[in-house]
Parts: sequence; structure tokens; C-alpha cells
Amino acid sequence: MSQAPGPLEYLRRWPLRAWVTGVAVFLYAPLISLIVFSFNDSKRNVVWQGFTFKYYGKALTDESLLTALSNSLTIALIVTLVSVVLGALSAVLLWRFRFPGKTALEGALSLPIVVPEICMGVAMLVFFAKVLPWPVGMPWPFNLGAIIISHVSFCFPFVTVVVRARLASFNRELEEAAKDLGAGEWRTFRDILIPHIAPSLVAGALLAFTLSLDDFVITFFTAGPDTVTFPVKVYSMVRFSVTPEVNAASTMLMVLTVLATFLALRFQNPAKDLAERG
Amino acid sequence: MAEPIITIENVTRRFGTLAAVDNVSLTVEEGEFFALLGPSGCGKTTLLRMLAGFDNPTEGRILIDGQDVNRIPPNKRPVNMVFQSYAVFPHMTVADNVRYGLNIAGVPRKEQDARVEEALSLVQLDGLGPRKPDQLSGGQRQRVALARALIMRPRVLLLDEPLSALDAKLRDQMRTELSTLQEKVGITFIMVTHDQDEALALATRCAVMNRGLLQQVATPNDLYEFPNSRFVADFIGTVNLFEGQLIVDEPDHAVIRSPELGAGIYFDHGVTGAKGATVWAAIRPEKIELKKRTEGDTAPKMDDTPEGNNVVPGIIRQEVYLGSESTYEVEIESGRRVKVTRSNLTRWDQEDFAIGEAVWLAWHACSPAMLQS
Repeated sequence: MSQAPGPLEYLRRWPLRAWVTGVAVFLYAPLISLIVFSFNDSKRNVVWQGFTFKYYGKALTDESLLTALSNSLTIALIVTLVSVVLGALSAVLLWRFRFPGKTALEGALSLPIVVPEICMGVAMLVFFAKVLPWPVGMPWPFNLGAIIISHVSFCFPFVTVVVRARLASFNRELEEAAKDLGAGEWRTFRDILIPHIAPSLVAGALLAFTLSLDDFVITFFTAGPDTVTFPVKVYSMVRFSVTPEVNAASTMLMVLTVLATFLALRFQNPAKDLAERG
Repeated sequence: MAEPIITIENVTRRFGTLAAVDNVSLTVEEGEFFALLGPSGCGKTTLLRMLAGFDNPTEGRILIDGQDVNRIPPNKRPVNMVFQSYAVFPHMTVADNVRYGLNIAGVPRKEQDARVEEALSLVQLDGLGPRKPDQLSGGQRQRVALARALIMRPRVLLLDEPLSALDAKLRDQMRTELSTLQEKVGITFIMVTHDQDEALALATRCAVMNRGLLQQVATPNDLYEFPNSRFVADFIGTVNLFEGQLIVDEPDHAVIRSPELGAGIYFDHGVTGAKGATVWAAIRPEKIELKKRTEGDTAPKMDDTPEGNNVVPGIIRQEVYLGSESTYEVEIESGRRVKVTRSNLTRWDQEDFAIGEAVWLAWHACSPAMLQS
């Protein structure tokens, strides 16, 4: 017979157990069923017929799906590079200097984070239709320009936020010490500041990569017929029928995203990592 | 006499309307261990930062080695600094930290290695080169900061509160080491501190600052025995201050009448002050003698002082036994309490005087200092 639960052992009391179970079911059951049915040997998705890898093979040989995937990866890669540079520089700008309009700029930077995605999407649609019409029929990868620009606009503020948080813990005397020892502005930036914010750069990069890779709403408004990305492609496949192929593709995207997020979190806590390794 | 290594000429630094450093002029000679001393917010750190180049004077100029450095950025100045937080680069090894300045100066790798080794042994960190800063203690990190600055062979080494972050035991040890180190390398040290003990123990000369103004520049001994103002007398050590009027002003002696004290204060030297002017007498607690008193006693007479001066009756109100000495608070007739320190020369001395006992306070004519401001 086990003892009665202690005062802080909430997990041994039934109401909380029920709660936790409920949360887990509603959060993860859909994802798990998605993954499970990607191995379903059936054209119809709802009835289990047997185990197969067939639809992974099918997804990986689907020409248009692969094009969409390579589009998505290319976009994500370029967006990541641009966002990290832009985000890091704007973070340093906001951290280092005081200037008129700083508060306004800070607010403006967080706007893409808080504005509903659908509004951003419509805004981008109008922008590329009226203000900066992106030429149609450009060679790859320039045809992805509109999507890349729209992705950068909502990705780099996230990098800024992450890098700024890291900069808050920077000891200004380190910078002064470098200058005192003969370093100019650029060397100080390269030798002292960059190593300090490096973990946040990696974390910000992976964040930007993930955000760009799985963005659907904004991309949907800026993508043309020849610039379909992976999430948009999956959506269009679903409109015909939900086949296990869609499940397989979604599972792959999910694994990719989870992996990147996991890495981002690890890079954000290097100190904790160090402690764990002893 | 050789040209001073640092000349500060009428330097003022204003932040808005506030003058953090207000018209300060002083010189530092080659090889000195100079301390900038003052309470927090007195402008001493601002002055040090202007020497390093992290701040510029609003007015006036600073010469290092005869060269006006006002427009010279910190990375081009022949001075190096040990920061209060030590500012050891956390992502570099100890050796790379120490090497950093040489690397930028483009010193060949071979020479770098030799000089790094030399610098590390100078601060007794031999063999710790491959360590990362987070594997070092606070004291060791400070040594890294010292080595990193000294390896540049600066004309002047600037130290910002070098001992404040260390615990008491380590502070005593580093204090001794700092002064040995300075003698060994022969570089001019300028240190900022708010700790008067630190300044007195280390410095060959101190500048006391208050609210941006330079109060006095003197050797530690002179600061303590011959302060030039009430601020300095009070800031350095403990002191009893009595306000009074100058009533006798002869070439070889002077007398202050202080109503608060209820007796005359006799000085064995003349002063340059107008008769009748308000002045202050500063008497250190250890320079006051306690003598037993019984009702109806006649006041004892100090051998170098005319009767009626430098002796007052009082009652002991508080006693603190500190081992090597005891401190007393003695209430005199005006109600004012006077601090007295008495060395415990034998193992029974602290029992000589107890709380509530009647005593005479007496001091020699050469003991008090007269202050005009």
C-alpha cells in the first residue's frame, strides 16, 4: 500500500492527473494519429489496413512536392541569413544607442510579431500588387523574391528579440577592456560582442528557419503558381483528398521543425548545458 | 625635476548641469602609486575614465607624457586599465586573454608566448594559461586582468576599485601583492578607491575628492595628520571636530575658544587666520588621553600646555573592546560625546575605565589640527 500523497505531490492526486492526461490527449493525439496514418496501407485515410512505407516513397518521388520542398528550404535558408544579420544589427542598435524615435522603432519592430498573420498576408498581397510588383517569370531562385521579402519581415523581429535578451547580460566593461588593449570598434565587435551573442544568433537563426519553413498564411498570399512552397502544396493536396501521402509529407515537415526548435532551445541555454555535462 | 607623467589641467566634466569633475588640476610623477580617494559619486571614477579615454573632459586638458590626449581614443593611449569587474573575456583562455593586446599590436607569436609566460608568472598564475576564466577564483581572475594590462608595458596602469570585489582575507593579501608588484615593474599606478584604509596602505600619494572637487593631495601620513578641511579630516579615519573662535594668534602658539568643548584648545604653532574667525579643531581619538577623575579634583595639566587648555572633564558613556584597543565615548559638560581610543598595552588595561566613570580628557598641544574650512 503506498502512502497518501504529500502536500506538494499534486501529480498523485486524481484531478490533476486527469487534467494532465486531458492536455496530453488533446495536444498530442492528433499529431500521433497523423504520424501513425502516414504508415497506413490504404488510399482512404480513415481505416487502418496495414503497415507500409509506400507513401513516404511516393511523397519523395512526387515531382511537384519535391519542387515545393526545395523552394521552401531555399526560402528558409536565405530568410535565415538575412534575418540573422538584420535582427542582430537592429538588436545592437537598440541596445547601444539612444536616439530620437527609438521607442517608436522598438514598437514598430515588434509589430510583425503581434499583428495577426492573416493581416500580414493581406498587407503583403497589396504591397506586392501595388507598391512593389514583383516581376513574374524570373529564373529560380529570383522568382521566390516576394516570399523571401515577406518572410524576412516577420522573421527578423524574432531574431532581434532573442539577441536583445542576450545583450542585456553583456558586461560593457568587456568592450572597454578590449578597446583599452588596443582594439578598434570592428575588432571589439568581432572579438568580444559576437562571441557573447553567438548562442542567441544560432537560436535566432533556427527560429527564423522554422518560422519561414512552415509558414502558410503569409506565403499563401504572396506565392504565385510557379512558386509553391511545401505548406502551400500540402494544403492544395488536402483539397483533393487526404491521402497518406499528405500525412507522410506532413510528418517529414514536422520532424524537421521539431528538430530545429530543439536545437534552438539547446543553443539558447549553453550554461545549463555545461552544468549538465558537469 | 623630471616632467610629470600625468598632468591634469583644470579638468571639468559635466553631465547636463552637474559637474561630476569640477576644475581639477593635479600631476602624477613617474613611478608613483597614486590613489584617487573619495565617497561614491565624488567624481573619482569619472576622472579615471577620462585618463583611460572612455570619457572626455568638457573643459581643460589631460597630458600623458607631455602629450595632450583629449582627442586620442582609448585604444591609442599609453595607459591600460584593470576594471572593477576585471572584465576578463569569458570565451578566451587565460593565455588568450593576456595575449589579446599583443595580438592586436601584431607582436610575433614567438614573442607573444614568451611575454605571456612572463606576465603570468609575474602575477603568480604560472601554468594556468590553458584554463578558462570560469575555472578561476575571483582573486585569480583579478590577476589575469593585471597580467593582461601589464603585458602591454603601459606608461601608467589604471586600477578601478581593485580590491572591492574580494573578500576580507584575500583583500589583505592582494593589497600586499599589489604594492610588491608595483615596486617590481616600476610602472606608475593610479588607483581609484572609496576605502581610505586601502589608499593609506598602498598609495605613495592620495588625492581626496568630494562632489567633483579636489579637496587635498598629500601623502597618506599628511592626509591623516594634517588634513586641510573638515571633509578630509572626517573622511580619513575617525575624528572629533570642535567649532570655535580663534582668540589668540601668536607666531608660536594659538588658542581656540570652543563653547561646545567648555575649554580652550591650545596649539603649539601659529596659524594664518584672522583673530575672531570661526575655525575648527580636529582631534583624533587616539591622541586623547584618559585620566581618572574624582569629585573636587583639580584639572591635570599637560606639560606643554598652559593651564585651562586641552583638558576637559567627562563621564564615560560607552566602551567597545576591540582586542588591540578599546574605544570610548565620553560625554562632556555640553552633552557632546567625544570619541577616545586607548591601546590595550597590557592584558588588564581594558579594565582601567568602565562605563559611568568620571574622567579627564587631555591632549598635547601638538595633537589637534586647526581647520579653516
